[in-house]
Amino acid sequence: MLQDYISSGKKATRDGFGEGLYELGLENKDVVALCADLVASLKMQKFIDHDPSRFIQTGIAEANMMGIAAGLAIGGKIPYTGTFANFSTGRVYDQIRQSIAYSHKNVKICASHAGLTLGEDGATHQILEDMGMMKMLPGMTVINPCDFNQTKAATKAIAEYYGPVYLRFGRPNWPNIMSDTKFEIGKAVIMNEGTDVTIIATGHLVWNALEAARSLEAQGISVYLINIHTIKPLDNEAILDAVSKTKCVVTCEEHNMFGGLGDAVANVLSRNFPAPQEYVAVKDSFGESGEPTELLAKYGLGIGDIEAAAKKVMARK
Amino acid sequence: MADIAQLKKTATQIRRDILRQVHSCASGHPGGSLGCADFFTALYFDVMDHNPAFNMKGTNEDVFFLSNGHISPVFYSTLARSGYFPVAELATFRKLNSRLQGHPATHEGLPGIRVASGSLGQGISVAIGVALAKKMNGDPKTVFVLTGDGELQEGQIWEAAMFAPHNKVDNLIVTVDYNGRQIDGDTKDVLSLGDLEGKWKTFGWEVLHIEDGNDMEEIVNVLHKAKSMTGNGKPIAILMKTEMGYPIDFMVGTHKWHGAAPNDEQLARALAQLEETLEDY
Repeated sequence: MLQDYISSGKKATRDGFGEGLYELGLENKDVVALCADLVASLKMQKFIDHDPSRFIQTGIAEANMMGIAAGLAIGGKIPYTGTFANFSTGRVYDQIRQSIAYSHKNVKICASHAGLTLGEDGATHQILEDMGMMKMLPGMTVINPCDFNQTKAATKAIAEYYGPVYLRFGRPNWPNIMSDTKFEIGKAVIMNEGTDVTIIATGHLVWNALEAARSLEAQGISVYLINIHTIKPLDNEAILDAVSKTKCVVTCEEHNMFGGLGDAVANVLSRNFPAPQEYVAVKDSFGESGEPTELLAKYGLGIGDIEAAAKKVMARK
Repeated sequence: MADIAQLKKTATQIRRDILRQVHSCASGHPGGSLGCADFFTALYFDVMDHNPAFNMKGTNEDVFFLSNGHISPVFYSTLARSGYFPVAELATFRKLNSRLQGHPATHEGLPGIRVASGSLGQGISVAIGVALAKKMNGDPKTVFVLTGDGELQEGQIWEAAMFAPHNKVDNLIVTVDYNGRQIDGDTKDVLSLGDLEGKWKTFGWEVLHIEDGNDMEEIVNVLHKAKSMTGNGKPIAILMKTEMGYPIDFMVGTHKWHGAAPNDEQLARALAQLEETLEDY
């Protein structure tokens, strides 16, 4: 039910990562962390303070970091790499592809400052292509949690799974709405069951989708709302179940419209249950400097954009 | 004491295996493979304390990584002749449904391979990770890695070269196959490596030399010396001068056999120069 999701205040998803990593470090001695000169940004200090012997500072050398992580995994460790999403993917794609994905190494690639909400640093750092790149790698799990609690839970849950994982989160303080204990990889969270339109959102846009759903419900439109933290493997069953009821869908992501959540959902629907779909995503462009919410509005990822997309897709049924 | 005569015989058979592998699929990289046959033989048949009953972690054994994965024929033959998998499987090299991929991979589960390589520049980083895991686990064994010399043109090599001394990764021995040749020609013409010894030393490595990487006795001696120098706070680099294509008369002195397979006649000419010391597969 929509009313069950109340923000307990704003906290950053990267803080959820830092807290989750710290708690994981207490529980699992095989977990080691690596960072390429962004300890404060990735909130890794608490883990380091607890056990510096399990932390490896690589300096500004991300390619080397990915290779070392693969080697640590060979030696039985569970390495968590930390840097910005841009430097966790595009900069080191070949290293991840060969030494981690193709070699099936148990490396957790943890990527902060993803998407437009990085804000003022601008387009050089605002990667909007990362989920697409990572989900194309065979065997790679791709997770994009929506708030502090879900990021914290995801950070801990991925240690229990053997295999490479891309965990994507962000910089800004953001409404905290989910449970911090429950996280099942590949299992979508059904936030509301409705009949008129399905909205599937990931990452920071879950909050925007929730606000849009509340507004739509107030206007008499029944919304089936899905928080899809795992982009790969995708919860096809949850998606088909929802869209078979509503017959149309809006996908919402802080990512380029090409290669992200929207395309993943379209892929499932086109093969199983073709239905009208609208994308709330960046329209194949780079970002720019600005405040996070300003940027989301300018690039068509605001609450109003989701509402408008819902009405538009319903009209296409 | 190493039985140098026996090691030489093994290396000769491995060279036969290399040529027959690349001939059979009419592709692959014989030049560097032939040049490094003595090094691989020394490592796997004398220097390394390793277990052919393969386990991925490599706990309490010396482990080896091949960064310049294109010389897979010498790696595969060495592993097979060491007992990691049946020698007969060498006949499947580069063919459909084989575990012996063009470049080494873990994907098909070939024993002895711990990470894929082929895209260059990544092996030292991976070896550092394994070396760090060994230290964390209290495992005193050594991590070996081979890189090409042309491969040193990759930037990641120097990220790793900077990391290892800073972090005192002293259970790591990097050998550079210093044959001076790469696909497009001699390294001095393509992109000069300059003062290679100076580069590694400046980065903080202990540097050793193998002046003739096709002299079994020298290889064995230097590798043992390097192993005895581990644990002293510095990683070790060995600059090993080899001759690409050695010892086949028409393959030496050129970069042409870097990535070209011999035809039937060339194979016969080459095999005539290599005694079948162990049985051909």
